[in-house]
Amino acid sequence: MINVIQGIMEAVQYDFILKALLVGSLIATCCSILGVFLVLKKFSLIGDGLAHVSFASVAVALLFAASPLLISIPMVIVASFIILKLNEKADLHGDAAIGLVSSFSIAAGVLIASLANGFNVDLMSYLFGSILVISDVDIVISIILSAAVIILVLLFYNNLFAITYDEEFARVAGLNTRLMNYLIAVLTSVTIAIGIRIVGTMLISSLIVFPTVTALQISKGFKGTMVISAVVSVSCVISGVFLSYLFNLPTGAAIVMLNTVIFLAFFCIKRLNII
Amino acid sequence: MNSILSVENLTLKYGRHEVLSNISFTAEVGDYIGIVGPNGSGKTTLLKAILGLHPFSEGKIRFNNGSKDGRFAGYLPQKAVASDRIFPATVREIVSIGLLARKKDPKFISKGDYIKIDAILDKLEISDLKRKKMGNLSGGQQQRVLLARALVSSPELLILDEPASALDPKIREDFYGILKDLNEKEGVTILLVSHDMASIGQYTKKMLYLDRRLVFFGSYEEFCKSPDMTVYFGHLSQHQFCWRHLDD
Repeated sequence: MINVIQGIMEAVQYDFILKALLVGSLIATCCSILGVFLVLKKFSLIGDGLAHVSFASVAVALLFAASPLLISIPMVIVASFIILKLNEKADLHGDAAIGLVSSFSIAAGVLIASLANGFNVDLMSYLFGSILVISDVDIVISIILSAAVIILVLLFYNNLFAITYDEEFARVAGLNTRLMNYLIAVLTSVTIAIGIRIVGTMLISSLIVFPTVTALQISKGFKGTMVISAVVSVSCVISGVFLSYLFNLPTGAAIVMLNTVIFLAFFCIKRLNII
Repeated sequence: MNSILSVENLTLKYGRHEVLSNISFTAEVGDYIGIVGPNGSGKTTLLKAILGLHPFSEGKIRFNNGSKDGRFAGYLPQKAVASDRIFPATVREIVSIGLLARKKDPKFISKGDYIKIDAILDKLEISDLKRKKMGNLSGGQQQRVLLARALVSSPELLILDEPASALDPKIREDFYGILKDLNEKEGVTILLVSHDMASIGQYTKKMLYLDRRLVFFGSYEEFCKSPDMTVYFGHLSQHQFCWRHLDD
């Protein structure tokens, strides 16, 4: 135990660990807050689908030697709109629309990667993330993003809650449900485009899904779910960063494994009626 | 009498398929109208057109307060999300949604709003449920919560789509009793869609029989004694719907 505490004290001496903790916590907060809306609207897998689009967009950016983020953000936003349109207009359920866009994107990413040799190593870093090599620009972008997500969700909390619970009633109440759906889509897209640099394409959707389903085990209300989800998510990211430092583990995988353990613990608490 | 809603020559199509044809009727203040008809007759579609959820190809829908849609009305939908047991929402949170229609963005729920929410829960005798999770309540309790959501903004017009179809007979009677009190004691105008003609006929003041077109609109007594309806249903069926009046 003393060794662990000493290891943590040692870890926080390093700049890259502090940056990882800060950016990881901000991305985790955004993912968990948006995750509550996405999971309850049965769009859980949108994180996975958009992460695949982001993977394709990084391949495009590397092909043209452009900034991955500049290419990723607009491409992922467009993809999220296509998913919403397919859902609205083509009578496709959300999961099927996500499946179409996701599989197309991963295929496009792999094709581009195979056609242009020489950046496969860079691309692989986006598959699994690199939370320990975060730049100052990443920190600034993450702070702006999380501030935007938190402010917009606070401002439109009641609208977002109403359309998540009962979209038809929200329309009758005169709420602009389409605008709110697109707001969630844009915020999710930007969060994912930035988030995959940290936890990777393979693991970003876990930051969206796990904290919410964990919170759902014990929460009664919507606000409570959001708070528990954010606390669980940030705790897992902080613990995961320290675990990966102490035991030389891949950070993204450590964070997801911790999320799994917390989910199982909350699941047991619910089953045993402890709360 | 003052009209609260008038529907004039309403025609609504899904693609080329005409779902409602040339519907006209007027709801007066204090009316309690039961909208009935066979499956697929356009009952729910008519309500959704009134609420502004369905665009219509021809005709007009007018509200006496000048509103363009049914936003000022209280609405209790047919298929409630309340059946989703895992959705994390307390009774108070759900009822608060009913207050959003009259607020400007950004829409915040104030302390005064919580007083209104608690008052309507108290009136519907479910104040003990206010901190409970909606998904953990019984069907009858959930329906009262959704009625509270529809009533919390004190609407003059209440629109309900098959509100009691999933309730057992005793709870259904209680639920209709609440609606009757709202109509008779507080003057709330009610439009209620139901497939259960015999049951709602005991409560409503008027019946509107729909079969993609308006077949009948008038009092329940007229509905039961109308030769047109006898021709439409046959003696036996009409007797099943209207035994109360025909036996008098």
